[in-house]
Amino acid sequence: MEFTAPAETNLFDNAKVVGKSTLRIDGPLKTTGRAPYAYERHDVAPDAAYGYLVGSAVAKGRLTALDTRDAANAPGVIGIVSTLDHSAPLPTGTGNNTALFGGAEIRHYHQAIACVVAETFEQARAAAALIRPSYARVEGKFDLAAAAPSAPMAKDGSGKPDNKKLGDFDAAFASAPVKIDQRYTTPDESHAMMEPFATTAAWEGDKLTLWTANQMIAWCKSSMATILSIPKENVRAVAPYIGGGFGGKLFVRADAVVAALAARKLKRPVKVAMQRPLMVNNATHRQGTIQRIRIGAGRDGRITALAHENWSSNINGQDGENGTAQTASMYAGPNRLQANYTAQLDLPEGNAMRAPGEAVGHLALEVAIDELAEAVGMDPVELRILNEPATVPGTPEKKFSDRNLVRCLREGAARFGWDKRQAKPGTVRDGRWLVGMGVAAGYRGSPTMKSAARATLENGRVVIETDMTDIGTGSYTIIAQTAAETMGVPLAQVDVRLGDSDDPVSAGSGGQWGAASSTAGTYAVCLALRRAVGQKLGFDGDAATFTDGRVVADNRSWRLADAGNLSVTDEMNFGRFKRDFDIGTYAGHFAEVGVDRYTGEIRIRRMLAVCDAGRILNPLSARSQVIGAMVMAAGSALMEELAVDKRFGFFVNHDLAGYEVPVHADIPHQECVFLDTLDPVISPLKAKGVGELGICGPGSAVANAVYNATGIRIRDYPITLDKHLDRLPQVA
Amino acid sequence: MSLKADLEMSRRGVLVGGTAVAALTTVPAEGQAPRPAPPAAMPVSLEVNGKRQTLELDTRTTLLDALREHLKLTGTKKGCDHGQCGACTVIVNGERINSCLSLAVQHQGDKVTTIEGLGSPDKLHPMQAAFVKHDGYQCGYCTPGQICSAVAVLDEIKRGVPSHVQADVGKRPTASNAEMRERMSGNICRCGAYSNILDAMTEVAGARA
Repeated sequence: MEFTAPAETNLFDNAKVVGKSTLRIDGPLKTTGRAPYAYERHDVAPDAAYGYLVGSAVAKGRLTALDTRDAANAPGVIGIVSTLDHSAPLPTGTGNNTALFGGAEIRHYHQAIACVVAETFEQARAAAALIRPSYARVEGKFDLAAAAPSAPMAKDGSGKPDNKKLGDFDAAFASAPVKIDQRYTTPDESHAMMEPFATTAAWEGDKLTLWTANQMIAWCKSSMATILSIPKENVRAVAPYIGGGFGGKLFVRADAVVAALAARKLKRPVKVAMQRPLMVNNATHRQGTIQRIRIGAGRDGRITALAHENWSSNINGQDGENGTAQTASMYAGPNRLQANYTAQLDLPEGNAMRAPGEAVGHLALEVAIDELAEAVGMDPVELRILNEPATVPGTPEKKFSDRNLVRCLREGAARFGWDKRQAKPGTVRDGRWLVGMGVAAGYRGSPTMKSAARATLENGRVVIETDMTDIGTGSYTIIAQTAAETMGVPLAQVDVRLGDSDDPVSAGSGGQWGAASSTAGTYAVCLALRRAVGQKLGFDGDAATFTDGRVVADNRSWRLADAGNLSVTDEMNFGRFKRDFDIGTYAGHFAEVGVDRYTGEIRIRRMLAVCDAGRILNPLSARSQVIGAMVMAAGSALMEELAVDKRFGFFVNHDLAGYEVPVHADIPHQECVFLDTLDPVISPLKAKGVGELGICGPGSAVANAVYNATGIRIRDYPITLDKHLDRLPQVA
Repeated sequence: MSLKADLEMSRRGVLVGGTAVAALTTVPAEGQAPRPAPPAAMPVSLEVNGKRQTLELDTRTTLLDALREHLKLTGTKKGCDHGQCGACTVIVNGERINSCLSLAVQHQGDKVTTIEGLGSPDKLHPMQAAFVKHDGYQCGYCTPGQICSAVAVLDEIKRGVPSHVQADVGKRPTASNAEMRERMSGNICRCGAYSNILDAMTEVAGARA
């Protein structure tokens, strides 16, 4: 099916299931521990041996030798795969910025160099400690601030220099009556998903099956074929349940590669879960950024000039963390400059983490806007509304598909009690606490990708099968809702099977495209099933009414089950007309914090998000997506930071004790409100994703609230108490 | 401060130097050495979800791996394997513990309740049902640990076990929001379902009160 023009009125506008708050259909399995994750497949690989990874202890250089004799001789050891089994790095898979295994060259700390396989986990772990690598270490570059001044300009998505200009920024900024010119830094961050990278691998002849933690099954399948130099048809990837990803599991990782290699070499299923302390340096992270923002405005607060420049890094000198990503879509201003630079550093691979670019871009831009509001003496909500653009600011040839940011801000301000905020910072006290409120706007693009599914009618039940994944996002349930709605059956009559590469290729989970794309694909295949039912029973499936388990057509009525057993496959393709639109999701984020007058400790008191993302398919799980992203945003504002050892080139705090993420005690009750909007340009369901929108802005709202509480502006994230303790207002 | 930095630097330097020395002094073995003796195994008998289980285990096996790998009770999750995340929380003799931090053989005769023992998809424990109702989970990986902790936390509060957020530790704690958040803080949820988990716990606590 082709989606070639904005959606008209359709069945979803009178929905009975879609758009209604719906308990997750996978909930009973997950809450009782019955949902099997990648390392837990005793059912399909009962004799799997245990692999234990060994990571490089140097960040850059060569592995000159790998003495495996004692390890190989240790009790229970079945075999060892070594990176030196391969004369060169194995090919990279989709999205990998550096090879995952193979060869003597060490490109980053904790790069996988071996995997010891034994009969038990304890034996594998003990034997792994007996491996003796020898290295020839060389110096590397690990300091973004030092590398940034000479970093080359990055390339944008189309391969052109990532440098966008509109009007004459320099002249407009020079003559602006009010100027903001500030530098912000965001640190390297870790996905820190709860389930480690994990894979159970088994070969049957030349066919490989991987039960693996992966967000993008089709990429996993093709990547593993590339890496192992085997035909794609010989790889099957299965991931019905994934313990979080946040972008970290978009691309195959070393666990999958070494498990497959070991299983082939040892002729036995092997399972590997990357040990937690290896994850940060072995795998990917969100790269730190340095961002400079210059805003020129009139005394009335109207922006005349806006420049956002961003510096980040990556191991291959490409694919940086682009903090400017949202700026072209947010605020009006005729004279603009955007530039993005990527330095080559020898730190571990940087790669996508929840809202890559925008998440940290907001931490800078939305604080700069707060600074501008203060400079012109305006309320920051009103300043944002004043600078709401009529056309897409950075690409005026595009139209907004559906944008209600002003409503988000206005409704949020009313609900939050924003009128109680004192504009003068440091003036509100509650006992030992300095109290402040902050606001930020949020923008995240809403892409779609081709998505296919199979729909089967089986004794009146509807079964949807697709390689789509549910990484906690709620895919199972929204796909079931879409099928129930389209086929006119109760939700309980729908089965959804996800995450198997033997099933049709979906959009997968990433970039906030999963919900919109996979439900559109489900709709497409259900329409095909309706036609097949019509053909079988002798009516036009497109003209019939499917409701309450029955079909009504030509003044006749059938039970859906009368059609017998049928199976069809179809997909949704999204047309080029979308390119004329900026399809975005929007939010108004509000936060209230308390800062301890004596210790500088920061506590979040309240958080609110008002979101505009078109139809909300399942308000229950969509809200969870947003509040969960707000938690991660709170982490990025207040605590998350991978500490770089700039001498030896690794992230020091590479576990869940050293890398601090928010815990229960850090997070108060959170509110999330969705506007009742529809976006006909996104898909027939008029529904956009929210999973990344939720992390775009809340951190800035927290940062602005901290400033409002203390009057001290911290521009280097995370905002920890040591950065303002010596400047807090004197305690009388 | 500079002294501390020097010390840090030299400590790390020693470690790096040590690696190089070890590499240089490695002596090639003559032929294949005899395989070292297998590690000690011990029998252990414990009651898991009401059922007596007797296992012969490598003494290095954690309670977590005994459950997951030997008894195939994979509902208890391994998130970090060293007591930092709480995903492996189970209830032992009525107290919640991180099962990755104790060896299975320490639990001779103990009564262990895992997520599978609390309820099943057809017969959810009230806390499991409340998690479903309030969407107190997303990816589901920390969820069994959160639920085991939540059940045990409400019991701790009922038994009057104090915590540092109580204004007066001499008085009985109540199932307040602050109290529950404090006690649940050893269970990380990276999906960020905290606010919903608290709603689920509040409902169950209210029903019990």
